[in-house]
Amino acid sequence: MINILDYVISFLVGGFICFLAQILVIRTKITTARILVLFLIIGMILEVLNIYAPFREFAKAGASVPIIGFGATLARGAITASQEYGLIGVFTGGLTASAGGIAMAIFASFIFALIFSSKTKRGGH
Amino acid sequence: MDKNKRNVNYNLYVESKVPKTKAWPSLVKAFILGGIICAIGQGFFDLYTYLFPSLTESEVSTCMLMSIIFITCFLTGLGVYDIIGAWGGAGSVIPITGFSNSISSPAIEFKKEGIIYGICVKMFTIAGPVIVCGVVGSIVCGFIGLFM
Repeated sequence: MINILDYVISFLVGGFICFLAQILVIRTKITTARILVLFLIIGMILEVLNIYAPFREFAKAGASVPIIGFGATLARGAITASQEYGLIGVFTGGLTASAGGIAMAIFASFIFALIFSSKTKRGGH
Repeated sequence: MDKNKRNVNYNLYVESKVPKTKAWPSLVKAFILGGIICAIGQGFFDLYTYLFPSLTESEVSTCMLMSIIFITCFLTGLGVYDIIGAWGGAGSVIPITGFSNSISSPAIEFKKEGIIYGICVKMFTIAGPVIVCGVVGSIVCGFIGLFM
């Protein structure tokens, strides 16, 4: 059951978040690593304040694909695990919840780095 | 005084020579690219919800992100993602594809320095801060969760 409205909202919300980031880039010449960290922390704050869950409910992939969603997943995992398992959960929760994304990023990068070589100079942003 | 004046003039000169990022087109491009990537994510989300009805929403979400990350690494390897990134600016950085590209791009770039000191070390030049802040931040959130 594909709901076309989900796609429209994902497009608009995801686009708007990138739009805000682009304003930052133009205004402050912020680097890639800083901008990723900034939005990651914004996601965590939203999750701790319990704003992210309703936002995600509304924006679907528009909320979970931007790096904000990654931050929120880390925060949610740590909070849930800490309430379930106590002190050990504080340390295991975040990485457990986000393990899939991090593992796939490292694995795929390693494999493709073995297969492909850079022919031209690449910026690496 | 004279020195200050010279610095002001120099700054004005630099200002006039630095290529200006045309604001509006780049904002619109970032909006469009970011929106398209999120819509593709929603497509994967619906596909996996349809294929694997037994998975929970967060598991489907993880699968969706993993698919996008894998595709981005492949496109980075082909050199396509750099072209997309040059067009879309922050629209290619903020989605999870930007995180993925920030790992795969230096990995491929520094391959010639060897597997350990090239690929494995340089992989985290940009993504390292993200993972460190992510882990430290999640532990802080965990402590907050203990007292919630």
